[in-house]
Amino acid sequence: MLIPCPWCGEREEIEFKYGGSAEVNYPRDPEAVDDATWARFVFFRPNPKGKMTERWVHTAGCRRWFTVVRDTATHDITPA
Amino acid sequence: MAEPHPHPDHLWRNPEPRRSYEVVIIGAGGHGLATAYYLAKNHGLTDVAVLERGWLAGGNMARNTTVIRSNYLWDESAAIYEHSLKLWEHLSEELDYDFLFSQRGVLGLAHSLGEMREGRRRVNANRLNGIDAEWLTPEEVKAFCPIVNISPDMRYPVMGGTLQRRGGIAKHDYVAWAFARKADAMGVDLIQNCEVAGFDLDGERVRGVHTNRGLIAANKVALCAAGHSTVLAEMVGLDLPIQSHPLQALVSELLEPVLNCVVMSNAVHVYVSQAHKGELVMGAGMDPYNSYAQRGSPHVIENQLAAACELFPIFSRAHVVRTWAGIVDVAPDASPILGLTPIENLFINCGWGTGGFKATPGAGWVYAHTIAHGAPHPLSEPYALERFTTGALIDEHGAAGVAH
Repeated sequence: MLIPCPWCGEREEIEFKYGGSAEVNYPRDPEAVDDATWARFVFFRPNPKGKMTERWVHTAGCRRWFTVVRDTATHDITPA
Repeated sequence: MAEPHPHPDHLWRNPEPRRSYEVVIIGAGGHGLATAYYLAKNHGLTDVAVLERGWLAGGNMARNTTVIRSNYLWDESAAIYEHSLKLWEHLSEELDYDFLFSQRGVLGLAHSLGEMREGRRRVNANRLNGIDAEWLTPEEVKAFCPIVNISPDMRYPVMGGTLQRRGGIAKHDYVAWAFARKADAMGVDLIQNCEVAGFDLDGERVRGVHTNRGLIAANKVALCAAGHSTVLAEMVGLDLPIQSHPLQALVSELLEPVLNCVVMSNAVHVYVSQAHKGELVMGAGMDPYNSYAQRGSPHVIENQLAAACELFPIFSRAHVVRTWAGIVDVAPDASPILGLTPIENLFINCGWGTGGFKATPGAGWVYAHTIAHGAPHPLSEPYALERFTTGALIDEHGAAGVAH
């Protein structure tokens, strides 16, 4: 799989590490949330069959994090 | 044992779906078929349909590496996997089908001090749970499995290993067919090419499923769809802490018998056995990214084969004939989710991740109990969906590593 690093261009997947869903937001007020909300933040992630917005880091290159949209059924990647 | 020989024309009927059932199971993989079998056998429930989007046992049941063992670290895991292994030990006779269950031993290699400590601890934990387990020195590893390279100048030398002699392999397709045949004979409808498109809800209670072959009413609906669990759950507004990943495996050409047991090595990410027919069957680590594509990246296979060739120099001239991937459903604690859901009469069995095959009879047994009684089986109580809120996780990552 070729992954388009926004700074280095398309590179082999082995140069990258996967960061999972880009749609996980730290609770605005973590002290205030109940257990169920906290559980959702810690353990529940989108797992779509289709387009997934996700993070990668170019570990063997520029070491920067970025976001792409990848189709989990085809592995086609489009920039976020 | 009576083998189905000469092979019969069919092992099950292909019925048209009826308009309603007591129980509808979604997914005719190993777990779905075993669940249907035990619903009929243990609970007298035969008004059951198993719906399958594709063909019977064509998903992960067709794609796994058939390893069977029960040497898990935590009590909860040991209990359910050992229950499963005890069922395996009599299953062939019970189902009257020789599915080549072979307790040839599962060797788990340790390549570092950390792994040696973990392995010894797990051997002790297993014994306390009544599960057979031994710790082997490198020389004992070599004596048990002569083709393993225990040379100290390997990149990751073998420093010892765990051995579960009662572990082994079975022919995966035959296992599915054996369950399917018996379930069908007891009256269960196995319905292939029947894809669920939605759920029929009455408030917070499920009362049927919409399929490409019409509405099928059901008093109880049991999800059993492995890698596609979240896709199904989303249709009914249920969130699951599950991520779907490719898990790759491969086979060599048919070879003379060279490997007498299952060998797993978490540190170098390979596990291997030799099927009865003669091919070497190898599994790798999961691909890191989420995917439903039933294929993974070549570098995972490359790393796996590099490790295999160092551990087993005799494999270096074997050829890779096929590689493939299954879509495994992984929970944050690498343990299954089995039980009730917030939606009445809707049950869930998923999260077996990379290790569901070995659990096939055990999971079917406890899931059938859970469905029949509307309450968890004692063995599956710890595996409730609520554990992610209460924090009572069953963290098998350390014990299971990659080769679950």
